[in-house]
Amino acid sequence: MAYTEEELKKELETKEYEYGFYTDIESDTFPKGLSADIVRAISKKKNEPEWMTEWRLDAFRIWEDMKEPEWANVNYEKPDFQAISYYSAPKKADPNKSLDDVDPELLEMYKKLGISVDEQKRLQNVAVDIVVDSVSVATTFKKTLAEKGIIFMPISEAIQEHPELVKKYMGTVVPKTDNFYAALNSAVFTDGSFCYIPKGVKCPMELSTYFRINEGGTGQFERTLVIADESSYVSYLEGCTAPSRDENQLHAAVVELIALDDAEIKYSTVQNWFPGDKEGKGGVYNFVTKRGLCEKNSKISWTQVETGSAVTWKYPSCILKGDNAVGEFYSIAVTNNFQQADTGTKMVHLGKNTKSTIISKGISAGKSQNSYRGLVQVSSRAENARNFSQCDSLLMGNECGAHTFPYIEAKNKSAQIEHEATTSKIGEDQIFYCNQRGIDTEKAIALIVNGFSKEVLNKLPMEFAVEAQKLLEISLEGSVG
Amino acid sequence: MLEIKDLHASVEEKDILKGINLNVSAGEVHAIMGPNGSGKSTLASVIAGKEEFDVDKGSIALEGEDLEDLAPEERAHKGIFLSFQYPVEIPGVSVTNFMKTAINESRKARGMEDMPANEMLKLIREKSEMLEIDRKFLSRSLNEGFSGGEKKRNEIFQMAMLEPKLAILDETDSGLDIDALRIVANGVNKLRSKDNAIVVITHYQRLLEYIVPDYVHVLYDGKIVKSGEKELALELEEKGYDWIKQEAVV
Ligand SMILES: Nc1ncnc2c1ncn2[C@@H]1O[C@H](COP(=O)(O)OP(=O)(O)OP(=O)(O)O)[C@@H](O)[C@H]1O
Ligand SMILES: [Mg+2]
Repeated sequence: MAYTEEELKKELETKEYEYGFYTDIESDTFPKGLSADIVRAISKKKNEPEWMTEWRLDAFRIWEDMKEPEWANVNYEKPDFQAISYYSAPKKADPNKSLDDVDPELLEMYKKLGISVDEQKRLQNVAVDIVVDSVSVATTFKKTLAEKGIIFMPISEAIQEHPELVKKYMGTVVPKTDNFYAALNSAVFTDGSFCYIPKGVKCPMELSTYFRINEGGTGQFERTLVIADESSYVSYLEGCTAPSRDENQLHAAVVELIALDDAEIKYSTVQNWFPGDKEGKGGVYNFVTKRGLCEKNSKISWTQVETGSAVTWKYPSCILKGDNAVGEFYSIAVTNNFQQADTGTKMVHLGKNTKSTIISKGISAGKSQNSYRGLVQVSSRAENARNFSQCDSLLMGNECGAHTFPYIEAKNKSAQIEHEATTSKIGEDQIFYCNQRGIDTEKAIALIVNGFSKEVLNKLPMEFAVEAQKLLEISLEGSVG
Repeated sequence: MLEIKDLHASVEEKDILKGINLNVSAGEVHAIMGPNGSGKSTLASVIAGKEEFDVDKGSIALEGEDLEDLAPEERAHKGIFLSFQYPVEIPGVSVTNFMKTAINESRKARGMEDMPANEMLKLIREKSEMLEIDRKFLSRSLNEGFSGGEKKRNEIFQMAMLEPKLAILDETDSGLDIDALRIVANGVNKLRSKDNAIVVITHYQRLLEYIVPDYVHVLYDGKIVKSGEKELALELEEKGYDWIKQEAVV
């Protein structure tokens, strides 16, 4: 194959849904409930070394003494942690199931997103043959990375193959003691991604969970660790733009990013788990801890588009430890029907001349509640720290809510902190104006919402941005009479 | 082209249009004048199909087709264009992107493919030159931070792009400086043809010197109380509306 790297990258970007990897693994599920024995069993199942088992057990003991947090602006029925099964191998395809058995509404949505029939089957656990070509693509992809010394693999494999790296960095940004869900994740995480970029290496392609084999069914307690060594660069894409009706009620992931001196990490997420139906029944609870550590002259940007989940609790943060470090947070959070989102960020300025930017766009429709919660913290030794925050809310209809909770703690007088906030409503006049030009209401809303979200959409890699746009349209469909 | 018969319209139980009769034929320009609050913009909105207003009686037809059951975007697809008295802002949506969407939605409704990009670019270049619009302007967010005059010129740019059958210009002249008025009016004149029609709502004779109307109507308290030829506009400019109001009462 005479592929150039650029072509390959393009190919991968545009054809991702055709590469449905599926590996047939015997399905087995643990009994419900959580105990030290279950934690041990998970670790054993994954053949983990002793230190990892101990690490998990320590986290479990910490979790046992913790309480579920209640400060967020969300209301939900607390999950019964003893009613959940903590280990379930990747789901096996049901040979007797066909697409006819799948909810037609869901299929309609797939069609709108332009998802191939094969991928639809995979998403719905319908057996699908592996496209032979995809294997070679994956191999080429791995080879390119290996040549540069980049490690990109499931974290379970990294524990086996690169224990020194995992040991050195895991839990250093999000300690086990950090919060209730982080402790829980530390005890029971099943899989996730591990990524290491060596010194001075610019990763030549967007790393995406799309391209990793054996991803299926690991979403519930995912653990991701990305390390960018000195002067390296990586752009990482998380998530799937295909809406999946996961039967897992509770998702509690942990993502840790480490940018060493002069390194840069871009981390983009599109999340659209099942938000619950129009009556507010069902839906995923998404409690995620995402945090990045920035050493000297390094930079971490979080970009996220959140349209799914019934309840979202998520604050991708940056600890700007080194001098001149830069942290960025660009977010679009959409809530519709009965969805509740409490999201935002924390920028902790420890080093001198550290800089952070926060752009948050909240869109609420239906009876949903959308909250931004942000903390900008400047320590006493952080000379000349700067922050700019902008929080814009867009409301559709009269029954939804938008809330902004900006917190500022500045202990150094040289800090410059700016905060801007706006709230607007999609007006009937705007819609009529579009209608008058021949644009129907559905399309008009999509246009207005895309315009509102533009600053953030522009931060996403091109292909991702296009899909994110479609996703915004779909998640707001039918939200204005 | 446009046939309005005994049109009554209200908003929140308040009667605004109280029996309008108006016939506009292809190739004609009609001017509608009248004091503030007489119902001119309401008439324009009702023709365009704004749902806020209830049509209580009467009918509107375009080329013989009754518009009653058509949504505003369907009326637009049929070739109705309204240049708004107060154009709204749509942040983050560029003029170009907005026009592209509008044109392609109308084409879709007529069973046509999207307009090819090079054709679109050519059209944009042509029309923006005609109206002396700086191209940089077209990448700005629609109407956001536009001056009053820029908004009006941009409305006529959209009209030029969409080439409507029936264009209603609601006080397009207000806010335009002397040069801009001439440029915009010339633009409108270039769009005139024997196949389309224009309804100009204005308070001032000045615009009508450029866009010369075939008929002038005076709207007062929801009714057309006087119609005439272009001289009527001059007479109004001179005498104001009082004599018309007197006549209307009688
Ligand atoms: N949505 C509405 N709710 C209540 N009253 C309305 C509404 N829209 C228009 N009106 C009223 O209807 C009347 C006619 O308004 P319209 O805007 O049509 O006047 P106009 O002739 O265009 O005036 P102007 O010359 O000032 O533009 C006014 O009294 C106005 O206050
Ligand atoms: Mg008016």
